[in-house]
Amino acid sequence: MKKSHIFGIIIIAAAISVIVSTAGDASSYVTFGEAKSLASKGNKSKIHVVGTLKKNGSAEIVGIEKSPDLLSFKFIMVDENNVEQTVLYAQPMPQDFHRSEQVVVVGAYHNDMFVAEKILLKCPSKYQENELKA
Amino acid sequence: MVHYFIGQLGHFFVVLAFVTAILSSISHAKAVKNPGWISFSKYTYYVHVSAVFGICISLFTIINQHYFEYHYAWNVSSKYLPLQYQISSFWNGQEGSFLLWMFWNAILGLVIIHTKSIWKAPVMTIFGISQVFLTSMILGVVFLDLKLGSSPFMLLRDVITDNIFKINPEFVPSDGSGLNPLLQNYWMVIHPPILFLGFASTVVPFSYAIAGVWLGKFKEWIRPALPWTQFSALVLGVGILMGAYWAYETLNFGGYWNWDPVENAIYVPWLTLVAGMHTMIAYKKNPTALKASIILIATTFLLILYSTFLTRSGVLGETSVHSFTDLGLSGQLLIYLSLFLIGTIILFAVRWKHIPKAEEEVSVYSREFWIYMGSTVLCLMAFQVIIPTSIPVWNEIIEFFGGSSNLAPPVDQVGFYTKYQLWLSILLAVLSGTGQFFWWKKIDASVLKAELRGPIIITLFLSATLFLVAKIHEPSYLLLLTTAIYSVVANGKILLGLRKTNLKLTGGSVTHIGVALMLLGILFSSGYSKILSVNYTGMIWKKDFPDEVNQNNLLLFLNEPRQMADYSLLYRGMRKKTKELGFVPTNQLANTTHPLKLVVTEPILRDDVLLAKSGDTVHVANNENSYFEVIYQKENGREFRLYPRVQMNEQMGVVYSPDINRTLLADLYTHVRTFPDPEQEAKWSEMQTVRVAIGETFFINDYVATFTGVESIASIPNVVLGPEDVAVQASIEIKGEFDDYSVDPIYVIKNKMAGKIPDTEDELAARITIQSIHPEDNSFTFGLETGQKDWIIIEAVEKPWINVLWIGTLLLAFGFVIAITRRYDEFKKMRDKGQEG
Repeated sequence: MKKSHIFGIIIIAAAISVIVSTAGDASSYVTFGEAKSLASKGNKSKIHVVGTLKKNGSAEIVGIEKSPDLLSFKFIMVDENNVEQTVLYAQPMPQDFHRSEQVVVVGAYHNDMFVAEKILLKCPSKYQENELKA
Repeated sequence: MVHYFIGQLGHFFVVLAFVTAILSSISHAKAVKNPGWISFSKYTYYVHVSAVFGICISLFTIINQHYFEYHYAWNVSSKYLPLQYQISSFWNGQEGSFLLWMFWNAILGLVIIHTKSIWKAPVMTIFGISQVFLTSMILGVVFLDLKLGSSPFMLLRDVITDNIFKINPEFVPSDGSGLNPLLQNYWMVIHPPILFLGFASTVVPFSYAIAGVWLGKFKEWIRPALPWTQFSALVLGVGILMGAYWAYETLNFGGYWNWDPVENAIYVPWLTLVAGMHTMIAYKKNPTALKASIILIATTFLLILYSTFLTRSGVLGETSVHSFTDLGLSGQLLIYLSLFLIGTIILFAVRWKHIPKAEEEVSVYSREFWIYMGSTVLCLMAFQVIIPTSIPVWNEIIEFFGGSSNLAPPVDQVGFYTKYQLWLSILLAVLSGTGQFFWWKKIDASVLKAELRGPIIITLFLSATLFLVAKIHEPSYLLLLTTAIYSVVANGKILLGLRKTNLKLTGGSVTHIGVALMLLGILFSSGYSKILSVNYTGMIWKKDFPDEVNQNNLLLFLNEPRQMADYSLLYRGMRKKTKELGFVPTNQLANTTHPLKLVVTEPILRDDVLLAKSGDTVHVANNENSYFEVIYQKENGREFRLYPRVQMNEQMGVVYSPDINRTLLADLYTHVRTFPDPEQEAKWSEMQTVRVAIGETFFINDYVATFTGVESIASIPNVVLGPEDVAVQASIEIKGEFDDYSVDPIYVIKNKMAGKIPDTEDELAARITIQSIHPEDNSFTFGLETGQKDWIIIEAVEKPWINVLWIGTLLLAFGFVIAITRRYDEFKKMRDKGQEG
């Protein structure tokens, strides 16, 4: 066997291992229901959930609870299947939080609480303005 | 009044640029066989360049003159935007950034046309095709129901449907919506042009490679293309690092590199470009390297197109913190990408068998072998990053074929990518250190041993010292440390050797030392960055949760010192940055009708010197910016102040930026996470009363207050006093931690009705009202209310040795400049000898 063949095999093996590891380390978009059943099966991997903040009849956001030291907060999020879930985020509340029209939380269940490690906010018209203010 | 002419002129230039780009490409193609075409094609190209300049000037005029009837100006700029940010708003929009790209292409084309070379015509043909596509991106015409490009010269009323345009089509908004606050940073003036020059310049080596394969000059294209490749690698590399530096200074994620898809999308083509550059150096003796060069240079350009597609099509929507909007150009971008991809593949397929084949195996002791290994590692690094970055694309592809996929990017991006890039960097450090020895000499095993003995001993000594001093225990970090030091030492030895012979040849070793230093800088500043603001106070929800739910933030109340690591921290309040007086407390200033002028409301003293009196006007660069003054005092008495920033913009919301205290060995990085919402009404405690006479003291919110006097006043702002009415004002002095405050509540009897006007001192969170006056013993009853003191929550991070990263960057750039000079000289010499190919 020529050296270049060995070299080629090593490269191909490395490339395959990259793909396999990507598939292994990739997270997934799920709903709270699926996340919960994953957690109950002992799967501790972190997942993405897309949803919105819970609002009452008059479109006010409800269920936000800040810790006394303001360094963390809980909120209620509604996923795409309209399942409500309390989410804990161990960071101070971003000031744009109330304005968000979509929230992506990344994290996992701990008992009945979803602990978010990261929150991605989609705020309306953040970079593209479509309304005119004279 | 709507300025129609400038928009129509701009649009005319766009069309002209498009047509001349096509003409220039075709005529250059003709000139390949028939030199008679060369002069015509040259002048066509001149017209094209003028048209591109015309577009830029028209668009900049619209921004600079505040023609907000144009959507672009309205969307990205505003009336009071300073000139430098008007320039950066030029490329803030997508159309403008394509324009910037075209602008650089136009200039690069001029350089190619004016370089005496037989490659001019074929290269300009390929080059022109890319310019045709780019111009089409801003064409903005509808062609057979297909929107071709998005024009920057659209009128606002054609983009936005608003009732006002039905009433008055000539309506012009009085102000624009402003520039994204994150982009109002000097790096955003310098960095995008450099990055886009890097983007634009990758088309030049690509054009050479394609022209070489097309004309069957498989080897000859490399010499003229090599300086271009190096230039491109330099500019793109510097552009990426400037972006990292901007992120470090401006964004608040606490670092310089976040493995965000947008960052990855430029990192990957840079890696393949650098890999291609290395194989181009080794092509002469090695046909495999020649093939690799052709493939890598072509791949680089295709990856640039792919990354443009990724970042502009909205496909990354949910995976990136950067926001993208789809201008409806993704289809067009996809066509652009596929045409270049398919064209390249077909050309290579047809021509591949004509490329010389490798005769024999490469020896381990040859420089080609080491270069090849290095390039392979670079490609693996690129591959490892592009596969996960493309996850949203894989999802789209699966869904396109009817499947469903809910794959999301790895949760811990930084950890995920670092895991692999770290090990590959270790390999890279070893290769870049050792490879250089093969470069300059014919070497066998025994010579190599002798050459390497010195560097290895020095390396082991240095790493052992650092291991003990810096306490590096993580095995992979230790390995990276050792190999990076080895690369510095080994390349240093080469450099010293070359110093005596030929300085022109030092590009490689200088660049490699730069890269190794960068690796060291990254290792320490990221691997050993330390969050200082860890919360030790304990919290309520924590006990149920694992350790990863740590709190890394610190709550600071106004004027209350707090201990953090070796520092005592003190938050002193919110400031405005004025041009005349530097940082001034916000509560000593009031807004005026002019957004950039503020008026002083209280005398401003500094070290007992009066700097400004009430009523003076001061100027700010941007009134949306406020700064939080935080004093850091180290145990050894060293003191400094940091001013992390918040920008409150109506459209963009609240945006925080850090402030950094730089020292030689480490940076201390602080940013504010949140602060009390200024819109929210203060909550006051239940009122308590105290009855005191003049001269007596009492406590409010734990501060000592003295009732110093009463006077009757003749006028009260906003209240009309009749001849029968009476008003008295009480003076209360309160001793704060640093300053004395006076609180002056008013009691007024108007039309025989008693009115109470309380006075508030925000900094003390205290409010005092005169509840009643007791003439019998000359005492007053005051109502005391307290609120929550002003506060901020900060995160503070220490980044050791980050300067090594920046020094490495500078060396890298410097080494590239040496290498470019050398390769360009070689090209010139051979051309003038008539051996160009």
